[in-house]
Formats: sequence, C-alpha cells, structure tokens
Amino acid sequence: MKMDPFQVICGVKLIRGISSHSIFLILLLDLFFLISKIIQVWCLLIFMLILSILWINSDNNNSFFRFSYIAICSLALLHQLDKINVEKAVKYILSCQNLDGGFGCTPGAESHAGQIFCCVGALAITGSLHHVDEDLLGWWLCERQVKSGGLNGRPEKLPDVCYSWWVLSSLIMIDRVHWIDKEKLVKFILDCQDKENGGISDRPDDAVDVFHTYFGVAGKC
Amino acid sequence: MNQTSGTTVAISLITSGFILPRKGVLSSCQIQITEVGEGRKRYRKMHGISRKTPSQDEQEASDLKAAELRDLQSQFLHLHHNKIYTKEALETSAKLLVVNPEHYTGWNYRKLAVQHFLDHQSETEVDSESIQLVLNEELRVVENALKKNFKSYGAWYHRKWVLSKGHSSMDKELRLLGKFQKLDSRNFHAWNYRRFITMLKKISDEEELQYTTDMIFDNFSNYSAWHNRSVLLSHLFEKRGKGHSHKESILEEEFEFVRNALFTDPDDQSGWFYHLWLLDQMVKLEPLLLSSWPPHGCCLYLSVDDYIGCGNLFPRIHFQSKDRMFPIVLYFSEAVEGVNSSTVTIEYEYYSNDDVIWRPLSANRFGCAQAWLTYLNFPDEVHFLKDSPVKVVVAQFPGIVSTNGVSFSQTSYIEFSLCVPSHDREHTEGQTIPRILWKNEKFHPHITESHDASLLNPLHQLKITEEGKSKSSDWSMKTIANEIAHCRDLLSSTNCKIGKLTLARLLMAQSKLISYCIPNDGVKVHYEEILGLYHDLMELDPVHICYYEDEHSLVLLKQVTLSMESILRYCHQYGDSISPSMDSHFCLRLNDLSLSRIGNVERLLWIQMLDLSHNKIRSIEGLEALQLLSCLNLSNNKICSFAALDPLRMLKSLKVLDISYNEIGAHSVDTRRYLCSFPMTHAVKNDWNFEEFANVGVDLTNHWDAFFIFRGLNLIQLDILGNAVVSDQLKQLLFKLMPSLNWFDGENRN
Repeated sequence: MKMDPFQVICGVKLIRGISSHSIFLILLLDLFFLISKIIQVWCLLIFMLILSILWINSDNNNSFFRFSYIAICSLALLHQLDKINVEKAVKYILSCQNLDGGFGCTPGAESHAGQIFCCVGALAITGSLHHVDEDLLGWWLCERQVKSGGLNGRPEKLPDVCYSWWVLSSLIMIDRVHWIDKEKLVKFILDCQDKENGGISDRPDDAVDVFHTYFGVAGKC
Repeated sequence: MNQTSGTTVAISLITSGFILPRKGVLSSCQIQITEVGEGRKRYRKMHGISRKTPSQDEQEASDLKAAELRDLQSQFLHLHHNKIYTKEALETSAKLLVVNPEHYTGWNYRKLAVQHFLDHQSETEVDSESIQLVLNEELRVVENALKKNFKSYGAWYHRKWVLSKGHSSMDKELRLLGKFQKLDSRNFHAWNYRRFITMLKKISDEEELQYTTDMIFDNFSNYSAWHNRSVLLSHLFEKRGKGHSHKESILEEEFEFVRNALFTDPDDQSGWFYHLWLLDQMVKLEPLLLSSWPPHGCCLYLSVDDYIGCGNLFPRIHFQSKDRMFPIVLYFSEAVEGVNSSTVTIEYEYYSNDDVIWRPLSANRFGCAQAWLTYLNFPDEVHFLKDSPVKVVVAQFPGIVSTNGVSFSQTSYIEFSLCVPSHDREHTEGQTIPRILWKNEKFHPHITESHDASLLNPLHQLKITEEGKSKSSDWSMKTIANEIAHCRDLLSSTNCKIGKLTLARLLMAQSKLISYCIPNDGVKVHYEEILGLYHDLMELDPVHICYYEDEHSLVLLKQVTLSMESILRYCHQYGDSISPSMDSHFCLRLNDLSLSRIGNVERLLWIQMLDLSHNKIRSIEGLEALQLLSCLNLSNNKICSFAALDPLRMLKSLKVLDISYNEIGAHSVDTRRYLCSFPMTHAVKNDWNFEEFANVGVDLTNHWDAFFIFRGLNLIQLDILGNAVVSDQLKQLLFKLMPSLNWFDGENRN
C-alpha cells in the first residue's frame, strides 16, 4: 500500500512519544488545514486506532485508566471496539468500584469525580452501566454541589469549575442530573468569569485558562 | 487528570464538529498549548492561582524562564530520540523533571535509561551495589519532583516502577509517605502509594487499621482515612469468612468510633459517609423472593373475552387471554441472575418444565433483573379445566445469585390452581372497543364490603421455609434501634441536614428488616415520620430538592402498598356505575401525589389499570414488573424522552396509554440513553435489526427512539398531544407501527 508521507510521520511520532500524544494531536490538527480533507480523516483514524489498541493492551492500563477511557471512546467512535477485550476492561473498571458507589484510579483508591467520569463513561460506551448503583453513586455525585452552587471533586474539598463537566456528565449518563441545582451551578460558573479579559477560572477571582474555560462552557450547556 | 483533559478536549471538539471549520479557535488553542508544551509552567499551576496581571518584571522573569525551559526541552528530546543515556544526559532529564514533573516523556526516558543499564548489567556481571546506586538516584529524582508537585501522576508511578525493580527499605518509603500525608492528608496519590507499599511489604491490615485510627483522631474530617478504613475492614470481613459474631462486634466498635466524629462535627460529611457504609454492612441480606403473580393460594380463572380483565379479588383471580397463555412473574428483593428451568421448577400437567423459558424483565441485556417472567399455556384440546394445580418451586437447586454475588438459598413454593370455564359468552372480537376516559366522573371509590375481609390476606403471601428467616436479624434490629436513638439525640441539639437524611435512611432500613424478617417484636414503622423528614430536608437543603423528592416518592409508595387495606384506599372502580366486584375494572389511582419515580411495586403485580397522571414522574423504571398492566395513564408528568418509556416495551398486555402533556422532545440531552437497551450504545453484541428500518417506509432519522419503543406495542388507544416532539411525521410512523390503533388523541380512527 502506498503510504502517504504524512501518515508515515504520524506513525513515527507515535512510536517515539506516546506520552506526548495529547500535544501532538493538537499540532496534528493544525496541520490538517494544509492538506486535503480525506487525508485528514484517514490520518486521524489510523492514529486513534493504533493509539487505542496499543494503550488498552499495554500494562500502563492499570495506572492511567483515564487514557484507557479515551481509547475506548475512540474505538467506539471508529466502530472498532471488537479489537480489544471489552470484558477484561469492564472487569478492571469494576475492580476500582468503591463502597460509596464511586470509582478510584486503582482498586482500593478513594472515589474521585474525574475518575468516576472516565469509568462511568467507559461502562456506558460498552453497555455495562447496570453494574453501577445509580442511586448510591448519584447521591455521592450530587453531594459534590456545595452551598455556593459549585461542584467539588471529593467530599470536603473546594469547588472547581472543571468538575462541572466531570460530575455533570457522570450524572447525565446515569440519569440523576436532576439531583443537582442547575441554576446555582450556572451562577457559580458565571461568577468564575474574568469579565475584563475573558475566560473562566477554577474558582471566582482566580487566574483563567483554556482548560477551565472549556469545562465551564461545557458544563453550562 | 490534566493530560487526559487535553486529549478529551481535542476529541470532544472534533466530534462536536467545532474544530475543523474554525481555524481561528484552533490557532488560539495552539498558542496556549505551545506555551504549555514548551513552558508547562502555567499548565501545571492551573488551580488556585490568583487573578492579577503580572508586573513588567514578573513578566520578563517568566519569559526568561520559559526560554530556558524551551532550550532544556529541545536538548532533552534530542537525547531521547538518539537514545543517549550518559550521566550528563540523565542530569538534563532530571533538571527538566524537577521543573515539570508532569513530563511523561521525561519519566519514560529515565525508565528506558534504567532498563538499558540493567540489560547491560546482565550481560556482564550482576553488580548489585551499582544497581542500588542507579535506583537510589531514580528515587532521589522522584523525591525532588514530588517536592515541586506532590500530585504528579508521573512521579508517583515512576517511584512504583523503580520499587518493582526490587529495592529500597520500606521504612524509608513509609517515612516519606508520612511526610506527604502530614502536608496533605487527602492526597490520594500518597494513599494509593501507601496501599502499594503495604501490599509489597505485606504489612497487616490490622496495623494499617491502627494507622487510619491515628489519622482520624488527628483530624475527623479525613474522608481518605475513613475510606481506607472501609477498604481494610472489607478485606478483613472477607478473609475471616462468614463468622457473624466477629463481624458484629467489629461493627459495633466502628459505630461507636464514628459516633465520636459525628457528635464532634455534625456538619462534616466524612463521618456520615462512613456511617452509611456501616449501615449497609449491617443490613446486607440475602436476596429474597418478595412476591409473585399469580399469588400463592389463588385460583386463576382464564377467559378469552373482555379485553380488560375482571376484578382481581383474592382468592379468585380473572385473567383474560386470547392465546391461552398466562404469565408467571417472580419478584425478588434485588436484581438476580440465574433464574432458569433448572433453578426454578414448575410442576404443571400441561406444560413440561424443560420447555419453560424464564426472561429477565430489565432494560439491560445482561440477564439480571429484579422481576422474572415466563409464560405457561394450556393446549387447544382442553376446553374446560377445574382446579388444575400448578406448583412453582424457586431455588430447589442453587444457581440464583444476586449481582453482588450473594446466593439465593431459601427454597420457596408458590401453589395455585387453574380454572378454565367453558365459554359462556360470545367472543367479542368484532365489537367496537370503547375509549377509556381518565376523567374523575368515570371512577368510583371502591366500597369495602364485608366479604372483603378475605382481601386482607396479603396478596404476596408465600410459603417460606423456616430457614429463610435472616439469622442475624435480632442483632441488626437491636443495633438499628440503637443508632436511631443516637441520631435522634444528635438532631435534638443540631439541625444538621445529613443527620436528618441518615435518620430517614435508618428508619427505612428498619422498615425493610421488619418486612423481611419475622417476627418484628411489634415495632411499627412510622412512614409519616420519614415523609416528614424528607419535607424538612427539602426546605433545609433546597439545592438537592429533587433527590429528596425521589426518596419521598419511594417512601410514599411503600406506605401506600403497606397492606391491602391501604392499597384499596387508592383503588377505584372504572365504569359508568358501581357494578358488583366480579365485573368491575379496578384502577389504582395515584394522582397528585408529587411522585417523581416508581418503586416498591412488589405488591402491585396484579394491577391492570394504573393512573399516575398529574405527578412529577421522570422515570418509570419499575413498571416493567407489572405484567398485567393494560391501561396506563402517565399524562401531565415530566417524561423527557421516548427512551424513558423503555420499561413499557416489556408490557405485552398494554393496550391503552396516555402520555399527553409531558416533556418529550423538549430537552436537548436524553439522560436515559445509556440506561435503556437502545442499540445506539456501543456494546459489542448488538441485536439491532436493520431490516426493520427499511420496511417501515417512513423517514426514521428523527424518530428512531419512538420506533424502538412502539414497534413491539400493540396499542388500541394512545394519547400523545402536548409533547414538543409531536409532528405529522411522528403520527405517520405511529399509525404504521400500530395498525390496531383505534383511538388517537381522542379521535376515532375508524
């Protein structure tokens, strides 16, 4: 098969620096505008496919499940979920399930909203949500909403705009999002705006950044 | 989290179509990310940085640092790509990692370097001292990196990796951990690492338990320590097997321990979450068979006329069945799997047990459900049956297991008799079917007559063997009563939200124990008190009002279904006049009760007509067990999508449905999508039949969910107006899917 030189570059970069894939992805996308759309899609597909399969099947799976979530998500989008052992992945996710209904990053680890998003997302994609106790987890998640209306990531921690996404989308997946006061949350996110320079920060009066701007906007939607 | 988020951002942006057309957005993103990639300083410090514009000097200093870092980074990448692992090279990487511990490539490079060294070592001779030196150096780098950011995933993982190469004194590790946990007792990296070390070093659970005790005494508000405690105790319980008394004494101590925390600071959640776990440990029961239809001891009359069954007054029950089949429903206390013809045997003259197929009534496709269904029939040759016995034996052989892995062990028997009267009426197929009007004037309250004394026989009565009763119920009852008393004591001095919630949960747990474990020492459950607590909570904590409404609904339904007497209070007869009970159509009317969800339906399996209108219902999960349901009114509720109607797909008897004035189509996000068995979830097994799409002839793109719900239903009457989703296209689809539809939105289609 005649290899497009761009694809070759993709492949080489991938093997060299699997850990910098997130940066690479962004850079890759910018270069897309320079070449035709068909090749764009092809590159992205191959890139995601290789990455996902390699990641899930590697040993790194255990420590960095959040990357496995991305892999499962990508594979599902590309209709290639059958290339990995889904049962094994689900079994691992369930081993991280805690007694409070949430999920930690390793078996026995404390429940954390971001990790819950990754696990619930992966379970939803693989059609395994029946393993989740929606009422127990839903209550744990809705208790992340504090008096100010913002959401924190774990009990007795400060609220943070990025959890608008992690907690909210988890609640949506298990159909318990009505257990949160949406208006108060929106008010909290809007309070975190920098009205002079634009952007959203993690908490009111903190410095803004793209990360929190994105999750603030996503949460508002 | 941060690295994942970057990629998640990218992927979500792609899939939502934002990135490709808007170069502007991407360029600005790229600038930020380039700075991130090259400098990574701002990236790391994204939380808790105050918003003030940096001064000129600060900006210059920051730019200088960024420039230095860019050089360092490109140097490092050069070394990495060329696989240079000299001492100087390693120093460069160490410098980089100290500034930015999240640089995964940096850590991977060091791993490759160590591996390279070890491989080289094995070729010559094994020099354990130099190996130790190298590994020590790695640990030193990790420690320095952690000083910069003690939440770095990469750094902690590298430390674990180094230790797995075989090294280091555990005491040193524990000392290091001690330092970090003093700095931040909630640092979950440190706790995870602690678990890793204790496993490696085989430190006993008891010792670790003592450590959590110390941490908690230091500061009660340490959710991480409480969490670890629950993990350790679970291990201990598992290891020591099924010895009840030991577990009971531990739980008692734990209750006392957590009480200290709760009374010291009732508003801190950490202790309350632990208390909830303790409660769960205490009331963990085996799965039980709660009820069945047909109920034990009844006489089932099968007839082929009347599309709405006649009154279901125990012990004589009528069931209409044109195809000579009748269902058997088993309802368990929790979702179970393994119900099949080997674990549940049916002794019936006209049907072989081997042909019986049990189906789980649930939205998922994994073979576990709270309610299970099968059908029996009687052969065509048989025109008349009198008192033909049917015996269902549940769990004669083991195999039924709850989703938590607990076996269902008590053998239960359901015995009833079957009668088929010879047909004394003309088959009424050809007659026009009148429209069901859900108006108040059509309903008449059921007048309890003297012969209804037999109705007070609970419909769910089953013959449960003596061994079935929970062995440790006495201790549980005593402990729960104790906890309730302590909780009331606390609430007398503070108005604490989570304390009230815990009291409500304790009272509900007590009611569960009472209903499942007989005898109950005459302890009555006061549902009114529980409902009152939830009302208080709605005022005290309005942020979570919908959660309390949901819980309130479940308690209310429990109260309504407490006894036949209480159920009958909500029962009405449908018709133009009060007819004798034999021919009346019973309807359970639960309107205007602010119900938001359904549950506790074990005593409602006999319901054929149900009116749930004018509530706040979002989810009808639980209705799938009501297999006899033929008329259902869900109008004026808060149903947000067709996916929420998924349980109706399992109600094969459903003929009349009113879902008018709901919110279907009014919401952009369908929150039930992943909880119902839609083919759109990416499960590997997929029973989506694409040919069905092609044959309908109507454009299904916008209404695939309506197609999925209604294709299996054979409704005679449907009301759907007042929903945003209604359109001519949808109406065409519905008419095509249900050719027997006579009444649509009040109009006769014939």
